[in-house]
Amino acid sequence: MEKEVAVAIDDLTVAYNYKPVLWDIDLAIPKGVLMAIVGPNGAGKSTLIKSILGIIKPIAGSVTVFGKPYTKQRKKVAYVPQKGSVDWDFPTTALDVVLMGTYGSLGWIKRPGKTQKKAALEALEKVGMLPFKNRQISQLSGGQQQRIFLARALVQNAEIYFMDEPFQGVDATTEKAIINILKALRKAGKTVVVVHHDLQTVPEYFDWVTFLNVKKIATGPVKDIFNNENLIKTYGINYQVSIQE
Amino acid sequence: MIDLVDYIEQIFSDYTFRTISIGTAVLGAVCGMLGCFAVLRKQSLLGDAISHAALPGIAIAFLITGAKDNSTLLLGALISGLLGAYWIKSITAKTHLKSDTALGLILSLFFGVGMLLLTFIQKQPNANQAGLDKYLFGQAATLLEKDIWLMIFVTVICLLVLLLFWKEFKLLLFDADYTKTLGFNIKLLDVLITSFIVIAIILGLQTVGVVLMSALLLAPAAAARQWTNSLGVMVVIAGVFGALSGVLGTGISAMQSNLSTGPVIVLVASVIVLISFVFSPSRGLLFKEIRFRKNRNDIKLHKTLAFMYDIAKSHENISHPHTIKILNNFQGYTKKSLYKLEQEGLIKIDGANWYLTEEGFYKAKNLYNQNVSLDD
Amino acid sequence: MTSAQIVIQLIASLTAIACAIPGVFLVLRKMALISDAISHAILPGIVVGFFITHDMSSPVLIILAALTGILTVFLVEFIQKTGLVKEDTAIGLIFPALFSIGVILIAKNANDVHLDIDAVLLGELAFAPFDRVVYNGIDFGPKALWVIGSILSAILILLVAFFKEIKLSTFDVGLASALGFSPAILHYGLMTVASVTTVGAFDAVGAILVVALTIAPAATAYLLTKDLKKMLFLAVGFGIFSSISGYWLAHNLDASIAGSIATILGVLFLLVYLFAPKSGMISVAYKQQRQKIEVLLLTFLLHLRNHKEKEERHINHLNEHINWKKSQSKKVLDLALKNNMIEVNANVVALTDKGKVFTENAINYITAGSEEAIEEMKKEFFLFRG
Repeated sequence: MEKEVAVAIDDLTVAYNYKPVLWDIDLAIPKGVLMAIVGPNGAGKSTLIKSILGIIKPIAGSVTVFGKPYTKQRKKVAYVPQKGSVDWDFPTTALDVVLMGTYGSLGWIKRPGKTQKKAALEALEKVGMLPFKNRQISQLSGGQQQRIFLARALVQNAEIYFMDEPFQGVDATTEKAIINILKALRKAGKTVVVVHHDLQTVPEYFDWVTFLNVKKIATGPVKDIFNNENLIKTYGINYQVSIQE
Repeated sequence: MIDLVDYIEQIFSDYTFRTISIGTAVLGAVCGMLGCFAVLRKQSLLGDAISHAALPGIAIAFLITGAKDNSTLLLGALISGLLGAYWIKSITAKTHLKSDTALGLILSLFFGVGMLLLTFIQKQPNANQAGLDKYLFGQAATLLEKDIWLMIFVTVICLLVLLLFWKEFKLLLFDADYTKTLGFNIKLLDVLITSFIVIAIILGLQTVGVVLMSALLLAPAAAARQWTNSLGVMVVIAGVFGALSGVLGTGISAMQSNLSTGPVIVLVASVIVLISFVFSPSRGLLFKEIRFRKNRNDIKLHKTLAFMYDIAKSHENISHPHTIKILNNFQGYTKKSLYKLEQEGLIKIDGANWYLTEEGFYKAKNLYNQNVSLDD
Repeated sequence: MTSAQIVIQLIASLTAIACAIPGVFLVLRKMALISDAISHAILPGIVVGFFITHDMSSPVLIILAALTGILTVFLVEFIQKTGLVKEDTAIGLIFPALFSIGVILIAKNANDVHLDIDAVLLGELAFAPFDRVVYNGIDFGPKALWVIGSILSAILILLVAFFKEIKLSTFDVGLASALGFSPAILHYGLMTVASVTTVGAFDAVGAILVVALTIAPAATAYLLTKDLKKMLFLAVGFGIFSSISGYWLAHNLDASIAGSIATILGVLFLLVYLFAPKSGMISVAYKQQRQKIEVLLLTFLLHLRNHKEKEERHINHLNEHINWKKSQSKKVLDLALKNNMIEVNANVVALTDKGKVFTENAINYITAGSEEAIEEMKKEFFLFRG
């Protein structure tokens, strides 16, 4: 059975200062999967997501989302950046950050109104952060900040979710809460792509996986391809040692 | 103080004074507001480099046109300021020199060229150069009504654009990559915000001077950040602080002879910063210290209480008295802490003995449980 | 040349050397702006010192002002630690405040202080030869020469004595502290040297241009070499050159000497920035252009290797698949053909044996992350560069 393709990546090559970080990637992400992107540090995992989202311009290749270029499909895509990429001392509240998720559908100039606020509160409720809605974001714990970021993406009400290391530096409760939300998203037919570090939890959390190390090593269902052979191809022969670091 | 009252009276009676005060207030306000963006974008020192880099532009504009006309000179300042900013960007982007080096380099080199030209102009026989000195440290008294109308005009435009794109600017400041994925043109927003900051700097040169201009941009914003956790409120407070610095600074310097306005305005703004750093209720150093001490004392008392609880729970009767001497093995206890515990009604002291009250027992027990659950 | 002119050039050159040496370390340690902060912030120290000593070159004044400099560093670091504002804002708040205090102090006491704002901004190099050390009726030469001479000697002694330690702590703080060189001592040592030098140079070139003398020679040298010793020598050379030529520029224009020195430094930096053989703009632009086309070539070869299907390799389909403009595809195709990496049969492109080996090697080097190896390999395989 051939699944509908959510994201199709064709011959994608990305270079920073003319030093290649991703080489000729061909990848089709089927609709409705919960997929992990794994690979060693510097393998280009975040870069892959960023070039799909148009944050980084590739030097070759193309990306389509449900058959059209990303720029035409923005409203179908939501993004959770790495938590460390923003200044958490920024003067704003949790609710305000979540409201930012509605800005894309609002477009230029229009301000969020009652509808948007309601959606933001619902998203906060889903991630269990409603009691903290008026908290200044610097006064939240790392796990809580990550939940706020997740809520901001949920409010975008997208078809595809890209998340850059959502489990980094969060407590066990938050990790559980986040993975439950991701599984609920998959159940609702959404596609979720996660840059992931912890190989041990891959079989438990995900049903689809892509091995990446500058080139694409393998992609497919976790039960079929999450094996020693691919791990060694991606991480090198001593992968268990390098993972424990 | 009497001088100040005099001054305020003068503002309302004297036309020139009123004009200048309005001018510096507007300038301070617009700098304060735009300063918030500079501070939050971590571009605090770019303003310093731009203002220093404006000096040769002023001198060259004077040399070319021979004009004392303000707007011509400011146009020169704008061009060389932008040139400096652009050069800094390209140095950091294209070489291995870091931004601190690039900033310091451009700032001092442009300023040096400016000083060379200024001293050159001063030696020219025909030049009416007296006006150029004011751009070093500022001279608000030389503001004309025309200049003030220009400031008001620019401020109004800035405010309108800020209000119009408020949502977009906020998003860009907080998370630029995310802004891009939502489909906003971040280059356009970036150019808008940077040009406003540059324009505010250039407008302030005549009043505050190239050397100290950046402080009028930073100080009100840094002070305002301490009083609020909302960007909108921060911008408003920074505007008020900026206006206050402008008016008070101009006033104080007007009461003294031989005093440039720039340093006084900057000093007033710095005092506001100092007050904010120390006395802000939520972030200020004073209250932080108080909270820290209170916390430390609480922890000490809790430890003592927990120790007592350990002793008391071995007896069936919680109010069985124990001698104070057993506590000697415990480091944390002092007479003062026992007294404090008794005051809070957690223990009773009876001569050389003590026992836990009902309340004390339950509080200690809960402390214990909390610790246990934290350890999980 | 009169003897006064020689003295001025000598003082300017010694000042430039004294500034350039700490400047190299400040630039390497990414602390160039601290020198900016110090130079502004020592002004109140100098003014107060002057009230006490009434002598610009008194050691007491120098020590007092240098203490203000170190105090500034402490203040900046203290504010940074409170987390109330970001690092650069802390610097941007402290030095204008202190500088303002200095300017106001001077202005308020303009009548009884032989120190004016022009001197603060530009120094008084032109008058330096006439302020002399006279002891027991014997003239020992200009004071400024003694002051800057002693500071420079101290710097040179420190530099030679602790060269190894300073070098290590600049490039590898971790290793340095592991070996027992306290980073804090070296940090504050450098700050002290920078403060003292700034005070010493203040007299000659003024508060702001000290920054130019400190940062510009080091930054210019850094564009030419990454070797510490060479960098030090180059920076000193640039400093001396601009001091002397700056003097003559000022002489001819009848303008400020300090301003001219900074201007010459600026011109020097601009020239190096544009024409430096490795890091200069022109060479970088050329290199980047070449790297760009070569990366594209590699991308193209890799694509050929990854796709056995004919339609993926058809000459007309390359544009669509790799998503390049026609002119770009053509350029890359030509370069590959010229280097015998590919062959075209009936409009279907295929790798030659040489191309296969090259691509295979390239992948291995890239995944291993070794850039030098790639450059070596390009030299080996390419007949024509991009």
